Amino acid sequence: MSFQPTSELEAEVSELISHYPVKRAASLMVLHAIQEQFGWISSDAVQWTAKKLELQPINVFEILTFYPMLRQEPQGKYAIKVCRTLSCALGGAYELHQHFCAKLGLDAHKHGPQTTKDGKFTVEFVECLASCGTAPVMMVGEKFYEGVSHQKADEIVGGCQ
Amino acid sequence: MAQEYKLILKHADAPGYTPDIECYLRQGGYDALKKALAIQPKDLADGKKLSGPEQIREDVKVSGLRGRGGAGFSCGLKWSFVDRKSGKPIYLICNADESEPGTFKDRQIIHKDPHQLIEGMIISCFANDVKLAYIYIRGEMPEGAKILNQALKEARAKNFLGKNILGTGYDLEMHVHRGAGAYICGEETGLIESLEGKRPYPRIKPPYFPAILGLWMCPTIVNNVETLCNVKHIVTMGGAEFAKLGTPNNTGTRIVSLSGHVKRPGYYEIEVGKATLRELLYDKNFGGGLRDGRQLKAIIPGGSSSKVLKAGEKFKLKKKDAEGKEILVETDMLDLPYDFDSLAQAGTMSGSSAIIVMDDSVDIVKALANLSEFYAHESCGQCTPCREGSLWMNKTLQRLTHGEGRASDADYLGKIADNIPGGRTICAFGEACSWPVQSFLAKFKDEFVAKGAADEDRRAKEVSAPEQKQLEAAHH
Ligand SMILES: Cc1cc2nc3c(=O)[nH]c(=O)nc-3n(C[C@H](O)[C@H](O)[C@H](O)COP(=O)(O)O)c2cc1C
Ligand code: SF4
Ligand code: FES
Repeated sequence: MSFQPTSELEAEVSELISHYPVKRAASLMVLHAIQEQFGWISSDAVQWTAKKLELQPINVFEILTFYPMLRQEPQGKYAIKVCRTLSCALGGAYELHQHFCAKLGLDAHKHGPQTTKDGKFTVEFVECLASCGTAPVMMVGEKFYEGVSHQKADEIVGGCQ
Repeated sequence: MAQEYKLILKHADAPGYTPDIECYLRQGGYDALKKALAIQPKDLADGKKLSGPEQIREDVKVSGLRGRGGAGFSCGLKWSFVDRKSGKPIYLICNADESEPGTFKDRQIIHKDPHQLIEGMIISCFANDVKLAYIYIRGEMPEGAKILNQALKEARAKNFLGKNILGTGYDLEMHVHRGAGAYICGEETGLIESLEGKRPYPRIKPPYFPAILGLWMCPTIVNNVETLCNVKHIVTMGGAEFAKLGTPNNTGTRIVSLSGHVKRPGYYEIEVGKATLRELLYDKNFGGGLRDGRQLKAIIPGGSSSKVLKAGEKFKLKKKDAEGKEILVETDMLDLPYDFDSLAQAGTMSGSSAIIVMDDSVDIVKALANLSEFYAHESCGQCTPCREGSLWMNKTLQRLTHGEGRASDADYLGKIADNIPGGRTICAFGEACSWPVQSFLAKFKDEFVAKGAADEDRRAKEVSAPEQKQLEAAHH
């Protein structure tokens, strides 16, 4: 298998498995751990996870294909998620998403995540991020931004090196 | 004038307050846990003995606490359904999925006062003989997950968690489990499936009531973050004292998430029912009113799934007159007290206590289309009426908002929405996706019809692009 887990990942996965009386329950957390290290989840990673958790690969694959946050292909170094749902839409989320797409040469009307040609940015519309009072909101990787004006958006992109 | 009442958020935004355990302990943190663990068995008149945990459960009943996650179900009653005779372990899960659009209250607790939640959970676990508990937090809160993990570590180090907690012989472990971007994981049985490492397909009830057949088919308690925090305060104050907060049958406080077109969106904790929608929207210590020059158009009062209220709508509310007789009082939607029962009487719900305000700049068809897109994206797909219905409603609304509508679309939408709820689906998502459509149509139908009719009219006069080209060529 070409999937090469680091020793830290091995240790983290063992720890995660110990949190549950049934190994299968660790699968979502294990996939999170893999994605955090590698940025996405390859089919070799699925095989590896299945083996670790004593499952069939399909058991892992079916969750990989269900959850929107899990990725089956590499994404940009910076994953930009703009909230699309009502409160943010009332606060200008569509204009913000359009602004990012225009700035990064992406098509604002396309559905699903889009990655720039240089692989630096992935822009995606996502559903309510539970911060509707400070609309419009967005995330870059694990970082959270509130009340994002177009000027602030430019600064955020500028800060991504 | 209505005031904020900070019970759960007492410390969260206080200057210098930090999420670490030392800060929490300085404010009397974990005193409620110590009190709970020390409750002595009580002799009852009939000679029976009530254990400490049983007394806490009784007190939670007395407090009148209702679930803060959405359904507003009595917490004490929910706990009383737990199958304690099965011989299987009992699990507790904190629902920190916070994914109902409009809601952002649990985030405040998790980020700013995580130990309050953990203390509430430990007490709830102790009261229910739980030895293993999970916090299911939505995937899009990675920082929240880190804060909770750190807090759990601190609590373990102080022996508030782990083996033989504070020398009482009680053992409890607790872990954080992250979701990965699916709204349906907030539904308690979907959440349980997700925690088990499966697709979050909700389970059918009966037989799969979590209190009987929950996590790994063991009795399981699922409670919202805010609900579990309240348990701590019930132990501190006593259930009877807690029940004095708020209004009868609507006790305690609620953190209201206010978003949309008000000057001061944000989260405000109030005694349940002690502020009206008008006060929440317009008072300067709450929403502070609409943007200048704007009129109110509509309010979604309890998260995106709750039925919309139209500005100016009137309802007949049950009230007691001076002699205690029940009378019906005509009440403007803005004068509804913000609680569980008044909103239910107005045909909607306070749900996750998230108010989305829309002023007269809003295109109501577009607003519904926005929500329908959410539901079409989030249906888990198990039940045909929900899977297909949510998609059809969305497709119809998208065409209505993209110049392709028809005058008959309003009726068509209504027909789809009416055929989803009413026991045709496994979980309440079916209702949740139809209620916005049904209520928007019931109250703003003319706008949907007008939009569709205008589209039809325009299209009837339109010449297609290729035809236009040929025409132009012929003219030259
Ligand atoms: C589609 C759907 C989504 C839900 N999302 C949440 C949620 O994000 N957070 C939550 O606490 N409850 C949510 N609920 C309610 C839960 O199923 C459950 O009733 C609640 O967690 C119970 O806790 P409580 O009694 O303390 O309110 C949702 C319900 C449905 C039907
Ligand atoms: S009602 Fe919808 S979300 Fe709920 S189980 Fe059925 S398809 Fe899934
Ligand atoms: S609608 Fe954007 S955070 Fe809730």
